[in-house]
Amino acid sequence: MRRWTTLLNIGTLTLCAVFLIVLPFFLRPYGVYILTLWAVMTVAAIGLNLTLGYAGQVSMAQAAFVGIGAYITALLTTHGWPFWSMYILAGIACFAIGWLLGYPALRVQHHYLAFVTLAFNTLLFLAFRNEEWLTGGNYGVSNIPRPPVLGWTTDPPRSFYFFCLANLGIVSVATWWLLRSPWGRAFVALRENPIRALSLGVDTRRYTLMAFALGAALGGISGVLYAPLVQFVDPVPFSLALSLNLLMMVVVGGSGYFFGPFLGAIVSVLLPEWLRFAEGYYLIGYALLVMVLIVFYPSGLMGLAERIIYRPQKTAAASATTAVPETAP
Amino acid sequence: MSDILQLFVAGLATGAIYALAAIGFTLLWQTSQTINFAQGEFVMLPAFFVLAALLYGVPFWLAVLIALALSVLILGVLFKVLLVDPMIRHGVLPLVIATIALALLLKEGVKELYSAEAQAFPPFGAAVNVSFFGATVALQSLVVLGVAIAVVASLQLFLNGTRTGRCMQATAQNPNAARTLGVPVDRMILYTFLINAALVAIASILVTPIYLAKFSNGEWLGLYAFIAAIVGGFNQVRGAIVGGLLLGVVDNFAAAYLSAQYRLAIPLLILIVVILFRPQGLLGRIEERTV
Repeated sequence: MRRWTTLLNIGTLTLCAVFLIVLPFFLRPYGVYILTLWAVMTVAAIGLNLTLGYAGQVSMAQAAFVGIGAYITALLTTHGWPFWSMYILAGIACFAIGWLLGYPALRVQHHYLAFVTLAFNTLLFLAFRNEEWLTGGNYGVSNIPRPPVLGWTTDPPRSFYFFCLANLGIVSVATWWLLRSPWGRAFVALRENPIRALSLGVDTRRYTLMAFALGAALGGISGVLYAPLVQFVDPVPFSLALSLNLLMMVVVGGSGYFFGPFLGAIVSVLLPEWLRFAEGYYLIGYALLVMVLIVFYPSGLMGLAERIIYRPQKTAAASATTAVPETAP
Repeated sequence: MSDILQLFVAGLATGAIYALAAIGFTLLWQTSQTINFAQGEFVMLPAFFVLAALLYGVPFWLAVLIALALSVLILGVLFKVLLVDPMIRHGVLPLVIATIALALLLKEGVKELYSAEAQAFPPFGAAVNVSFFGATVALQSLVVLGVAIAVVASLQLFLNGTRTGRCMQATAQNPNAARTLGVPVDRMILYTFLINAALVAIASILVTPIYLAKFSNGEWLGLYAFIAAIVGGFNQVRGAIVGGLLLGVVDNFAAAYLSAQYRLAIPLLILIVVILFRPQGLLGRIEERTV
């Protein structure tokens, strides 16, 4: 039984990967752009899933980190800095700011934490908009170059899509590895029962901050990719609306499921485009669909998939995920 | 000095409106652990009910009553039955997501079905200014303040003075104990949704003459309602009043004397400081920790 599901998983994954590689050859440039946006937003949602889904800390500031990454990339690469150093600079900047933002999480929980991060996001948005000497204010930063990869240019939409897809692949593998490591298990322990985790010797302080910082760093990486994708950065995309949208992606996809953010980003990025035939009403339809989805499947699309595929093993799976790991460091 | 008094009264008037929205927000949280991210859109919508009714040639007072009835039906009963009831047992987060989607739905719905442009809204009374102590204050501000005070006072009377009101308070404090004592908890929760819907409708009709009716108004109205509720104390109606008034006054002074661009920053900074150093809010009680 277990081997059968492993085979099924590998088969599905391979099919999805092949599909994602072949798909852009059948799309017009705008379709490729939307698909690239999906890959970029998925990176940010994976980060938020780490903070929210695995460590259980509600963050409404993920858009702020995407913004920080995008502005760092926009301002420095237009002044001739090499693109590759942006991963390090944006990653470290977002990691550090995320770590600091994690401190409130040590004092307050749940909705209070949500509101602190919400306030942070809006404050940063105001700074992006008003500090014209640095960010160009509402005029933004334009003409952001796309990076060359091993001597190849990524200027054509399809090339840049493959570049972002490769980034998404690397981020996914790294996150997968992280979640299998003692760190990932400590995150889950933090979410399920922080007091028990503490009594088992998990340094809950450090892991809470770490969950925030890692999630934020992935938000930053997403921003690093966002800037050369749109080639123009202004404050509007990084308002609270994107943070709420990312939160929606994680929960609708299935918070705490590895593949949740991938599905959630499909719903959030691609679904509105598919509904464009309804013209002005497409966002209304989108909002209705999300509401229906969340009312009927509150554990998200992955929760639904799990119910369909693994029904016979449900009790075993349930007890495995709720148990606090004994190998906590 | 007269400038300060003017700003202060205008701040109190907008603050009183924020307080109404914040009280509804607090009531929903207390009785059903609903964090309503669509609260701002709830305040935006009833003004459009009034405008739509006026299009049919209905007199203003009747349009207001129609808006109130529609709000209670849609934002009260339907919101509870269709969205909150199926979601509530799955915890806070899925419901938060559902209300975020609802906010988008209401916003886009108004934009598509009514108008994307800001609409003028009939004010209360004539555009007359009242002078006292050398300050000139718009009559409208005083009317707003008066209506808000009357609404809050009657709500307090209802909550403290009637049997139903006390049952609602019992439900908010401890639903299990209340149920054991024979309080019809489910009906009490429904009442809080109805009260919230009425409060947002009144807030909407009071605030819209000042800021015009626009589909995107909910974005900042919701933010101010959250901030007022949390700064005052998330589990106290009194807290929401103090938070709302404080916010209105501070916001008005910040816009006048500090920076129009960073106007919103001051309330947000107050929010962060209060959450970090006094998370129960200025008037709130500490909620007991559950293990």
